[in-house]
Amino acid sequence: MTLGEHAPVFVVLLPLTAALLCLLASRLHRELGGWLVQLSLFGSFLASLDITRTVLRDGGQTLHYWMGDWSPPIGIEFAVDPLNCAVLCTITFIALVVSFYSVPFLSEEDWMHYGGYYTLYALLTVGLCGMVITGDIFNMYVYLEVMSLAGYGLIALGGKKSMLAAFRYLLVGTIGASAYLLGVGYVYALTGSLHIPDIAVRIQPFIHTPLFAFAVACFLVAFGIKMALFPLHGWQPDAYTYAHPGAAGFISGCMSKVPAYAMLRFFFFMFGIHNTVMQALLDVLGIMGICGILIGSLMALAQYDFRRMLAYSSVAQLGYIAVGMAMGNMYGFIGAVLHLINHAFMKCCLFLIIGGITYRFGEVNLYRIGGLNKKMTVSTVAVCFAVLSMVGIPPTCGFFSKWYLMLGAYEGHQYIYIGILVISSLLNAIYYFRIIEQMFVQREASLTEIHKPDSKFGLPMNMVLPIGITGLSIMVLGIYSMDIVTRVIKLGLPEVFLR
Amino acid sequence: MEALNEFLARRGIYTLVLILFFLGVYGMVLSKNYMKKLMAMNVMQVAVIFFFLCFAQKEGATIPILVPGNVNPADYINPLPHALMLTAIVVSMGTTGVAIALLMRIKEFYGSVEESEVLRRASK
Amino acid sequence: MTLIDPRPFLAIGVAFLAALLVSCSRKYPNIREMWSTVASLLMFGFVASMAKGVMDGITYEYTLFMLTDTIGLTMRVDPAGMIFAALASLLWIPINFYSIGYMRCHHEAEQTGYFAAFAICMAATMGIAMAGNLLTFFVFYEMLTIASYPLVLHERNAAALDASRKYLAYTLVSGQLFLAGVVGVYCISGTMDFTAGGFLELGMAPKWVLQLLFILMILAGSVKAAVMPLHGWLPAAMVAPTPVSALLHAVAVVKTGAFAVLRVIGFVFGPKLLYQLGTADWLAWAAALTILMSSFIALKQDNLKRRLAFSTIGQLSYIVLGGALLTPLAFKGAYMHLVAHALMKITLFMCAGTIIVRTHLTEISQMNGIGRRMPLTMGCFAIASMGIAGMPFIIGFISKWNLALGALQAGRPLFVAVWVASALLAMAYLMPVVRMAFFKPEPKEDPRHYGSISYCMLIPICFTALLAVVLGCDPELFPPDFYRLATIAADGICRGWGGGW
Repeated sequence: MTLGEHAPVFVVLLPLTAALLCLLASRLHRELGGWLVQLSLFGSFLASLDITRTVLRDGGQTLHYWMGDWSPPIGIEFAVDPLNCAVLCTITFIALVVSFYSVPFLSEEDWMHYGGYYTLYALLTVGLCGMVITGDIFNMYVYLEVMSLAGYGLIALGGKKSMLAAFRYLLVGTIGASAYLLGVGYVYALTGSLHIPDIAVRIQPFIHTPLFAFAVACFLVAFGIKMALFPLHGWQPDAYTYAHPGAAGFISGCMSKVPAYAMLRFFFFMFGIHNTVMQALLDVLGIMGICGILIGSLMALAQYDFRRMLAYSSVAQLGYIAVGMAMGNMYGFIGAVLHLINHAFMKCCLFLIIGGITYRFGEVNLYRIGGLNKKMTVSTVAVCFAVLSMVGIPPTCGFFSKWYLMLGAYEGHQYIYIGILVISSLLNAIYYFRIIEQMFVQREASLTEIHKPDSKFGLPMNMVLPIGITGLSIMVLGIYSMDIVTRVIKLGLPEVFLR
Repeated sequence: MEALNEFLARRGIYTLVLILFFLGVYGMVLSKNYMKKLMAMNVMQVAVIFFFLCFAQKEGATIPILVPGNVNPADYINPLPHALMLTAIVVSMGTTGVAIALLMRIKEFYGSVEESEVLRRASK
Repeated sequence: MTLIDPRPFLAIGVAFLAALLVSCSRKYPNIREMWSTVASLLMFGFVASMAKGVMDGITYEYTLFMLTDTIGLTMRVDPAGMIFAALASLLWIPINFYSIGYMRCHHEAEQTGYFAAFAICMAATMGIAMAGNLLTFFVFYEMLTIASYPLVLHERNAAALDASRKYLAYTLVSGQLFLAGVVGVYCISGTMDFTAGGFLELGMAPKWVLQLLFILMILAGSVKAAVMPLHGWLPAAMVAPTPVSALLHAVAVVKTGAFAVLRVIGFVFGPKLLYQLGTADWLAWAAALTILMSSFIALKQDNLKRRLAFSTIGQLSYIVLGGALLTPLAFKGAYMHLVAHALMKITLFMCAGTIIVRTHLTEISQMNGIGRRMPLTMGCFAIASMGIAGMPFIIGFISKWNLALGALQAGRPLFVAVWVASALLAMAYLMPVVRMAFFKPEPKEDPRHYGSISYCMLIPICFTALLAVVLGCDPELFPPDFYRLATIAADGICRGWGGGW
């Protein structure tokens, strides 16, 4: 076997190794651990690019990697199809970019905090990547917990109120994880298998039993909690608001998206949507999504803390993804996946920017950022891109996911979703244009500089670049959205849409 | 009485496990002390572990260690759920560890682990 | 004949590049304004170079990249698009010089942002003019909304903030509804390419669905074209600097609204389908009411820019009404009026701006006797006013004549009466300004200070006024030949449908 054939396992293995060595390395030299993790994340990103190349080479095959060469369903496998590739590249890319961004925030920490931060960061990446590519539902539980535990840690590192936020998230998150485990138990009891494609076949005789319904409900609750789907989002605003500002971009960008993606895989690839239980479930999901969109947007409107507003906006945006799934047709599905990727970039970008503002001025109140356009040029441009994308103005990427969602709604004759999407765009416009107005119009707020800028962009270079890159990628993703849809997502559609 | 026996034999243990699970959730939601919430969380996790162990049982079967001469799989209980639960126990211990570490910091910072007290000080 | 030709994108790209270069040369005003001047000339060059071909029946088409799995970012230059593209790029040249003069004489802040946003606005307008399908159209339509937002907000004060919020509220809401309509059209027909005469048919969907889609899509155009009761943003947006008002009112924003209405009527639904649906009638009545109402409101305004704003609202509804009548002559008149009104209104606004810069007067009642000190400016103002009222030998007459003929062709003589009444009202609200300027004596008690003359501002005014007269005398004098293009476009829309008139 060549090195390339092991690429799927390297995606997870490299950050895991780095996480284990990180604290040791940091003991030797404070910043060594950070470099090690950044290097491993870079390797992980390269590996996922390599997998993508392999997977897309012959028109979208699925790459199987058997752990220890044990064949499934006995062994654990990593299965990478085109959809996984897209999500995997998104996660590893954002992880890599944000890992450089965190450095200035840690400049005053001692070796233990420095190394500890990067250890948790690498573990979070491990958990997220593992959840995406694993083909075994119990293995997914392990990654889910790795992700969650690392996430609790990173959130708790954020300062004063973050401990409380992290603890609450831990309690709620554990309910989610237990519900997931319960669901796994039911599925295993019904089918005797833990391997996703195997379950998809074996579950068919049981799809009308109440046990199946109970299992599905367990998964809905589990993933609903983890992805902060309304009304299970209670933990999320606090957690995002008080998370460590260096990692908030990564946490908000990916940590809620991956459970959403896992839910999508479970529902569309494992259980199939053409049975009464799943149809009913999709209806529930749709209602949750609609409520999430409306209430998330309204709550965001009421916030004056920039980060909290973004957190509530995430609740609304996750609602888009839920609605896309609930449509249960091809375009809705494409819209959901596309929005998952796009929103990861948008939200990451916005959290990086508010992180930058916090770093330089210690300010999070969005009514006190007047005149920022003169002080932080790159961030201002990035904010403009992200805001346009959030509202859904072409040619930013946010428009295209909305476009596919609308197509899906028309195709499924679910016209209410169109109304909701329109209303939600307008609500988004209200609370996001507020930021633009504040930045450009208001008199210069009397901000005290905590960290004097050492470059002319107003922030250290390793913060400016990530902000610039994520901001630019919003545009690039928009322009190349057709390629993403036709060359990647459409190759990985579940079988239910191919018939 | 027949029916009750029948029910207990077939579903009884699962019902108990489910009650335990929701007792845990109930405790997490209603108790006012963070430590108690944490303990309730453990109860909930244990319920899930019991659930796996219960459905791994098989009547008349023995533990999954090869008895010389007996290669009939029906005579052994399914070892996989037990293996899975070893992992789950480790995970739940990890979670508890993190939670206790957080609680210690909360106690250090707010001087209490009573919810009302912590919230009162946090809002200040 | 269709030619694959990237020139449409070059015309747009030039403006985007200019916006980028302008924002990079913040510290050097001369270089900054040179970029935007060069871009305006180049853009007109690119567009004009295609004019001849378009008149000979060539369609220039280019797809830059695919927007979604089936629809590309496509430019297709047909006669209707050519009219608007040529008009907008032609008018960018004078308004650019005028902006330079105005901004410098008036010592405005944030000039870099102004010129950059202006360039993006022009790029978006070009995109709208030449878009080959609905989605491309929508992309540039939203881009225009966003790019003109900072222009409305230029003054950065409370009034500007209110105006910009109002503007965004109106345009974004209608934009989203338009998007819903676009998706609907795509779902029932499977295509989005503009086709002369429309691509929707009665059999594609139930009648009420088609009617609903028409209303959704026409709303967006109507908001930007300020058809009552959706006109609220336009008078509010008068807080912007005068060149912006000129741009908003004459070249870019409101014209794209009118153009959008014509596109939807002529190239998506088609006159035949609309005749069967009967929805165009509602639009016609709304437009007719707007024409009369806005003229009456204009009579009462004392602020010159506000009076001109209400005049714009009325004049735009001419175009909308022309489109809603669904006859070839009415379409021709509508396209012609797009050009005519742009030339006349840009002159009027530039005059108003010059008055502000030189005398700081904004109210009409204070303008006694200014014509004696500013004869050329007020002379051009008089010419444009007469054009708005429909005097022969000024371009406004040609369009109105065709519109009136179109109304007769549709068997609706009542609308002719509306136009006549409106012409008289226009006379009534614009001529007093001219009269006061020339024939009333200057107030003795407070002598005014006249600022120095800026030729950067005066020459563009004379240029557009002259153009209005020349084209009014002979509309086919030189390319781009607006009259012939309008004829071709109108014939194309109504080809294959002989009924209704």
